[in-house]
Amino acid sequence: MSNIPAELKYTKSHEWIRVEADGSLTIGITDHAQEALGDIVFLELPEAERDVDAGEAVAVIESVKAASDIYAPVAGTVLAHNEAAIDAPESVNSDAYAAWLFKLRPADGADLGALLDAAGYQSEIADA
Amino acid sequence: MSKLTPLHAAHLAAGARMVDFAGWDMPVNYGSQIEEHHQVRRSAGMFDVSHMLALDLEGADARRYLRGLLANDVAKLSLPGKAIYSCMLNPSGGVIDDLIVYFFADDRYRIVVNAGTADKDVAWMRDRIARTGANVTLEARRDLAMIAVQGPEARQRTWQALPGAQAATEALKPFQAAESDGLLIARTGYTGEDGFELTIPAARAEAVWNALAAAGVAPCGLGARDTLRLEAGMNLYGQDMDDDTSPLDAGLAWTVDFSDEARQFVGREPLETNGARRRLLGLVLDGKGVLRAHMKVETEHGEGETTSGTFSPSLEKAIAIARLPLAVAPGETVQVDIRGRKVPATTVKPPFVRNGKALV
Repeated sequence: MSNIPAELKYTKSHEWIRVEADGSLTIGITDHAQEALGDIVFLELPEAERDVDAGEAVAVIESVKAASDIYAPVAGTVLAHNEAAIDAPESVNSDAYAAWLFKLRPADGADLGALLDAAGYQSEIADA
Repeated sequence: MSKLTPLHAAHLAAGARMVDFAGWDMPVNYGSQIEEHHQVRRSAGMFDVSHMLALDLEGADARRYLRGLLANDVAKLSLPGKAIYSCMLNPSGGVIDDLIVYFFADDRYRIVVNAGTADKDVAWMRDRIARTGANVTLEARRDLAMIAVQGPEARQRTWQALPGAQAATEALKPFQAAESDGLLIARTGYTGEDGFELTIPAARAEAVWNALAAAGVAPCGLGARDTLRLEAGMNLYGQDMDDDTSPLDAGLAWTVDFSDEARQFVGREPLETNGARRRLLGLVLDGKGVLRAHMKVETEHGEGETTSGTFSPSLEKAIAIARLPLAVAPGETVQVDIRGRKVPATTVKPPFVRNGKALV
């Protein structure tokens, strides 16, 4: 069974989003996603200050099996990426919710309401 | 509906992640593909390869028939249990399949072919029997299971698991097989490590699998099998070569035996006319990323393409097999197009890893 923390938001494309106290977003991939990908060996993450659109492919996760795009959940500006995860890509396998990938400052008017809650994501992956 | 091997229930019980492979429901890993890979390089792992098809060829014309069917020459087999690797070619010189053929007697051989090509292979072989009028019978042995036990400790642990096996197989050299207690035990494999491939009556497969597990042989999935064979520089049918690929362009010239000028095997003429037109080399990525199949490779001598690529767990670098212009030599720097990014890589002569040691 996948671990789906109740306090996070999710996308259909298997990113998790934590809304921080200052309104910024921390983004990673879900436990379900890491399990489906298999051993993760390489991360290509967006540089700080890059402006991204909602749904834009901004990062790449390479597992032993395949390369997968990671999408920006909302429009915004990249604040940082996780250097530690780049150095140890397997950390995404061992704890997908600790090994965040990048942080985003949402653009004005970015629609966080469209993100899934834990129950919504659970039913999303149950249908798949 | 997927086909199931006699070990299917054992895979599910071991918590395998299953995938479809050539119509078979097969384990891709039992947790971590990378750990399974290391297990084979460092001690011993086992793979269910029962989806591959064993065929028995018998009859007075068996030897003559195979000498016309295969690009390698079974005439070099005289010791019972000895095997060779060969391509089976179509009349244009493309590879119908790659296979292993075991010699038991001039009128009795065992052939093991790939799962995905099995139907095509059998149809082609039967058609050749009909057309040549050879006095042979070909029997598909779906009553057998196959387990590959691979790694530096593979033989030792197999002997531990199977009473009597040591005496029967201790003297086997690579590419030799012997029978022991109803099993055919061959010193072959697809990982670049020492080990055995066991052919087992289906009803006994699970007991053998469990005995090997009890002797410390770890179950390994098709994922690790792919990274191991790629590091070992071994071609995968359907990926590194196919019906449109000449074995001479796929690094398999060593398996094509032209030495007997009178031997007219299928595909010989186009191979002799065309010669080698491409060169198979390994690539080790110098920059960041992971190599995959079908990436464009730019060299000083023209363009080529990767046919297989992965992250090598042993080297901790991305590696690939590539088909390149003939003039490219090992040690050259080339540029690989990774999703629009040009990343430098160095050409090497495969294998990348053999018997646990990095060779590049």
